[in-house]
Formats: sequence, C-alpha cells, structure tokens
Amino acid sequence: MREKPSAAGKTFLIIVFSILYAPIFYLIFYSFNSGGTMSGFEGFTLDWYRELLGDTRLLIIVLNTLVIALLSALIATIIGTFGAIGIHSLKKNKGSILGLNNVLIVSPDVIIGASFLILFTIAGMRLGFYSVLLSHIAFSIPIVVLLVLPKLAEMNPSLIDAARDLGASSWDVFTKVIFPYITPGIFAGFFMALTYSLDDFAVTFFVTGNGFSTLSVEIYSMARQGISLNINALSTILFLFTILLVGIYYMLTQRSGLRIGGSFRR
Amino acid sequence: MDNKFLRNLYMVPYAVWIIVFVIAPILLVLYYSFLDIHGNFSLVNYERFFTSVYLKLTLSSFWYAFLITLISLLVAYPTAYLLTKTKHKHLWLLLIIVPSWINLLLKAYAFIGIFGAYGAANNFLEFIGIGSRQLLFTDFSFVFVAVYIFIPFMILPIFNALNSLNPTLIDAANDLGASRWTTFSKVIFPLTLNGVKTGCQVVFIPALSLFMLTRLIAGNRVITLGTAIEQHFLVTQDWGMGSTIAVFLILIMFLIIRLTGFRKRGA
Repeated sequence: MREKPSAAGKTFLIIVFSILYAPIFYLIFYSFNSGGTMSGFEGFTLDWYRELLGDTRLLIIVLNTLVIALLSALIATIIGTFGAIGIHSLKKNKGSILGLNNVLIVSPDVIIGASFLILFTIAGMRLGFYSVLLSHIAFSIPIVVLLVLPKLAEMNPSLIDAARDLGASSWDVFTKVIFPYITPGIFAGFFMALTYSLDDFAVTFFVTGNGFSTLSVEIYSMARQGISLNINALSTILFLFTILLVGIYYMLTQRSGLRIGGSFRR
Repeated sequence: MDNKFLRNLYMVPYAVWIIVFVIAPILLVLYYSFLDIHGNFSLVNYERFFTSVYLKLTLSSFWYAFLITLISLLVAYPTAYLLTKTKHKHLWLLLIIVPSWINLLLKAYAFIGIFGAYGAANNFLEFIGIGSRQLLFTDFSFVFVAVYIFIPFMILPIFNALNSLNPTLIDAANDLGASRWTTFSKVIFPLTLNGVKTGCQVVFIPALSLFMLTRLIAGNRVITLGTAIEQHFLVTQDWGMGSTIAVFLILIMFLIIRLTGFRKRGA
C-alpha cells in the first residue's frame, strides 16, 4: 500500500476535490457580484454583505439558530453523558438499550420530523422555539452517548475501585476520576451535537411554527423563491464559521485520538 | 451516599428521553397510520398504499436511491483507495469531509445557480460545443446533486476500512503471484466489504427520504417516499396516510439495517 498514486490517480483525486469544492466557491464568488444573479459577473461589490448586516429579521434568525444549537448541544451532552455512564454500568440488556439509542441516528429526518410533530401536537404544545429546542436535544443525545461510551470502555475499572478504597464518595469518583477521563469524548459529543443542530433542516421544518425559523428553514424558503445574493453573502460567512469549527474539532480529535467523523444524517 | 435511588437518579433524564422521544414517536406513527382523514379507525390507508400510485412511487423512490448509492460507491471507492496512498492522508480525508459540514441547503442553492439557464454548467456545455440545455428540474440534476451531497459519507467508512487493512496481506498476495485485479477482488475488496456496507446504509436510507432536493433541484419531477410524507403532513394534512408511508419507510429501514448490520459511521 506504500506505492504513490499514479498520474491517472492524481488526476482523479483532483477532479473529485474540485467538484466537491466548486459549488462552495461558486457561491462565495458570486456574493461579490454587483449584477444580482449567479451568472455573469458584472463588478465587485460588498452591497450584499451590507444588506445582510442591515437585515434585522435575518440576524434574529441567525441568533435563534445559534441559541438553539448551543442550548440543545449543552443539554444533550449532559443527558447523553449520564446516559452513557448508566449504559456502561448496566450488567444486562445493554444491547437492547443501545439499539433504542441508535434508532434516531439511523432514522431518516422526515420520520423524526413527522413523528415529533405528532408528539408535540398530541401533547398540546405550541410549535415554536421550545418544540424546535426539544427536537434538537432529542436527536443529538444518541450521538453524544455513542462518542462517550468508547471512552468509558477504555477506562480501567480498577481506577474507580482504587478511588473508593481511598475513601472517595460517589460524587468524588464522578468529578475527580470518571469525568476527567472521558472529557475528550464529551467534547467530541458536544461538537457533533452542535453540528447536528446547525445542519438540521428537515426535522426543524416539521416542528417549527409560523413565528419561529432557523437558518436552514429560512434559506429553504428564500431559495424556493429563486436566487438572492444575500444568501451567497450569508454562505461565505457560514463557510468561514464552519472552517473555524472544523479546525477546533480537528484539534480536539487529534488530541483525543478519536476518528474524524462527518455528521450521520443528511 | 451510595443508596440505590441516588445512584440511579442521574439516569432518569436519559430514560425519559428513550420513552418520550424514541418509543412514543414510533408508536404514535403506528397509531396514526390506522386513522383515516376524519380521524376514524380504519385500514383505508394501507389499502391505498397497495394501489398502483403508491407502489409506483415506492419503486421509483427505490430506483433513485439505488442509482444514487451505486454512483456514490463507484466514485467513493477509488477516491478512498487513492486517499490511503497519499502523504498526510488524514488531512486529505478531513478536506473531503469539510464540504459535508456546510449547510445542505446552501449546497442545494449553489446548484440552482450552477445548473440554471445561464449558469456555469451551461456555459461549460456551450464551450465544449454541446450547447446549453435545460439542466435544472431534471432527473440528472437530482441524482447529481444527491451524489454530491452523499459522497463524503460513502468515502469515510471505506477509507477507514482500507486504512485498517494489513498491508502485508497485499504483499503476500503479490508474492504468491496474484495479478492486481485478483489482489483487489480476492483480498482488498472482501476485507473492506464492511466499510462498503456501512457506506451504502448511510447513503441509501437518507436517499429514500430526501425531500428538499426533490423540491429545489428536481422541481417536483422526482417524488421520493420522503417527499410523499412531507406532502401528506404539511400540505394535504392527511397525517394518517403520511404515517402509513412512514411505517413502510421504517420497515424498509430496519430491513436494510438487518442486511448490512448497524455500524457507527466511520467504524
């Protein structure tokens, strides 16, 4: 396997990479077009960025999206971490609990969205911020569990025994032994939950009401009306933001030795 | 401090999550699938599902998902294989994954521009002498964009499988006189089959249920099971029929997972 890729191989890789990145740079390129369309570059302008920053409605939506992402990732990480510790300590039925855990990971978004819509309607909940937040927490929990569990499995159980023998309380065992050991898994889980939430369109589309919108849903309704270079300007900013997140995530995974993973759905 | 109640208290939120957000939604979908549009208990939705309209829809949805999975695999396997041979392979892999972290809607939106009447794709076709044509709102653009979106998810598990392959096995095959094709078909491919299965699973199931691409890129020309569910829930408000299609989609999902086995992506 040590041989170098051939010239044909290199060409193939270059083509794959350029197709992967072309649409993204296409968007960014036309965000500076004064012509107002995504064809025929007329002149350089920053008008679309100016317009974007002046659009308070859109800024509120961006803020909503960030609040939902951070809150849902935080809560999902807490519940998921304790869930993973619980699953780890189970003697039997581990497999079936894990099976239930993974249902939302393999389910298509449409199913999650539709079934949550039924759930919230039956529970008599108004659709809006809280229904979106609850949904995002719900679909982020399983991935946190899956990223924390391997760290728990790696941990030598005699560490806990030793701590107890030395007189540590359950709380001490958790905060001073278990928690520091699994921190990389928890961070990876948090970041994955964050990207899940930021990326989600389908589930939010189902459970959001009239008054509340996230970025994905907003882009969808803007895109259905045709091309608007505000979206391009927005995508440049989001691309830079994503690169930043990826950088942080990469550093974390390098440190913890976890494998890099893309998001599961979509 | 160590009584049983306190020790299990921390698990309560997780247990509640499983009951409310995993078990209850599935049961609710099942329950709704037996309700007709007026809310009465009936099997009418199942009867409707087995009429030619819905069976055709299911078949065409399968056909598109199959095409998308196959093309993704045909592009992803060589890509993953070549990636394992590069220097700094993990960095290159990360660069393959980065586009999958860009919001899906933005990528779909980019293709509206690229495939548009005066977009880059048509300029290119003009340039090579084929001439411009309608690209947006065709089956071709739908499959192309879907493959574009799913390809990183196909590359990742195959890359990991290839990467964990013991290189001495290939040396051994070479020493024993196997041709390159024999080495690939008898050694490399069988040993990376699990990665291929994971890739197919994570592409095929979402491909069956895509709905925003069918609206934005295929202009409602392609209808998948996902589109049908969305249509019934959010447009025609026939939740019963929507749930029935969802029940079948869930059954198909379990069947595929039984066939390919559940694996964490990238495992």
